[in-house]
Amino acid sequence: MMKVLKHLTPLACAVALTNPGCAGAQDMTGPQEAEVAKADPATDAAGSIDWEKEFGVEKKVPDPVTGELPVAPYETSPANAGAKPFQHSNMAQAFGGQAGIRAIVNRFVELNTTDPRIDAIFRNQDIVRLRRTLFEQFCYLLDAGCAYTGRDMKSAHKDLGVTRADLNALVENLQKAMREAEVPFAAQNRFLAKLAPMDKDVVTR
Amino acid sequence: MKELRPASLHSLGRVCRKTASAILLTCAVASPACADPLLDGGKLVLTNGISTIEGASGGGLAAWSTIAGMETDRAIGISGHVTGIELADYGWQSHGVSIGVHDRVELSYARQNFDTRKAGAALGLGEGYRFNQDIFAVKVRLAGDVVYGSALLPQISLGMHHKRSLDGAIVKAVGARSASGTDFTASATKLILSRSLLVNATARLTNANQFGLLGFGSPLNASRSLQFEGSLGWMLSPRVVVGGEYRTRPSNLAFAREDDAHDLFVAWAVSRNATLTAAYADVGSVATFDGQRGALVSLQFAF
Repeated sequence: MMKVLKHLTPLACAVALTNPGCAGAQDMTGPQEAEVAKADPATDAAGSIDWEKEFGVEKKVPDPVTGELPVAPYETSPANAGAKPFQHSNMAQAFGGQAGIRAIVNRFVELNTTDPRIDAIFRNQDIVRLRRTLFEQFCYLLDAGCAYTGRDMKSAHKDLGVTRADLNALVENLQKAMREAEVPFAAQNRFLAKLAPMDKDVVTR
Repeated sequence: MKELRPASLHSLGRVCRKTASAILLTCAVASPACADPLLDGGKLVLTNGISTIEGASGGGLAAWSTIAGMETDRAIGISGHVTGIELADYGWQSHGVSIGVHDRVELSYARQNFDTRKAGAALGLGEGYRFNQDIFAVKVRLAGDVVYGSALLPQISLGMHHKRSLDGAIVKAVGARSASGTDFTASATKLILSRSLLVNATARLTNANQFGLLGFGSPLNASRSLQFEGSLGWMLSPRVVVGGEYRTRPSNLAFAREDDAHDLFVAWAVSRNATLTAAYADVGSVATFDGQRGALVSLQFAF
């Protein structure tokens, strides 16, 4: 984002001013973001001015091993997953075990981050961490042998400014990812039934 | 290149960024609605229901607690439909429009045209005589959500349906007390995802004769009675639901018996904005002509 701004011509600037777009709260979620961290202005050829410093943007450095950005400390608990996992069911099998769940999660994240309806929410978020925690959550809920170590749904979605329409778009993307992975429709819905009551923690405006 | 960049461009870019941030901030804080389109079309497919023959959203025959239109809670939605039914001795055509406001309030209008065909002559009305009715309805969602939230809390709505028969003299001649009347409904609807099952139950206070096409009440029995509407739908895919409905009805008129109605339907969301419904419908006896059953086709557009 900063990199782009440096090359703004006055014309583009005028366009940006006349059409600010009201992109919503997610544009202001701030510094906890992979892309921002990657675009280090110190290594930028044109970077005579450190814009991030100018605007007091606090940079976070991704973990060299996991590639994830640091988050504020929190207490891990299986309850953070937001629902009780399936038990004595064939749900894990219906989703293709851990490998199948990982493929579905990766596709789901890809669909969301490229969906013009909701991609702005994911912009500047830690997608590496999202893929991992989402996989853990799905794997845990589907009883496929994982522990969930992410934050609870309320904290994880705080400040994202998710609307009901955003959540509906996300549900459609999850349905698409499951359908592409040939998860039986009844199993898709059984899984969605676990997730549906979480809406109150996800939708914040 | 670096040397050629005027220094003022940097400061201009900075001012621009600051101003743009200020505008974004003002926008997001002072006017939260500015990012929301009037019609957001964000509702999950099929959760706007299918327009009933009385205009309110529902399952075709039964009113549901759903709100018409494809809007979510930050926008408005609109929908329009046309329905045709071929019965043994009669023909039915109805059409209407609805507005959904914030997935909270639904306003609907429907026009029903009931063609008596040859039965019209036998009834002394003249062949092809048409009964017509206007229905204005309002529905308010009180609690819950069809899809989200606890599986035990259905979406609950209250509705009021004001019906005006356009054949006042005739409906009174056949024994109706009034040519207009109002139904009150309370509906609970839930998609039980774990079973892919959509369940609806509606209680209706009504004194309508044949949905109101034959007026309201009778000289001996003017008051409304409590009737029941139930629907069960099974989701085959995100876009296809098959199901059945049952609706009890009062039998107020002395000259002709009125039966309960039921249907078996398949609804297909052709796209986000179009739903095609085909049904087998049975309304029993109508104006002394028994066994009125046949095919229903309905097309709904919603935005």
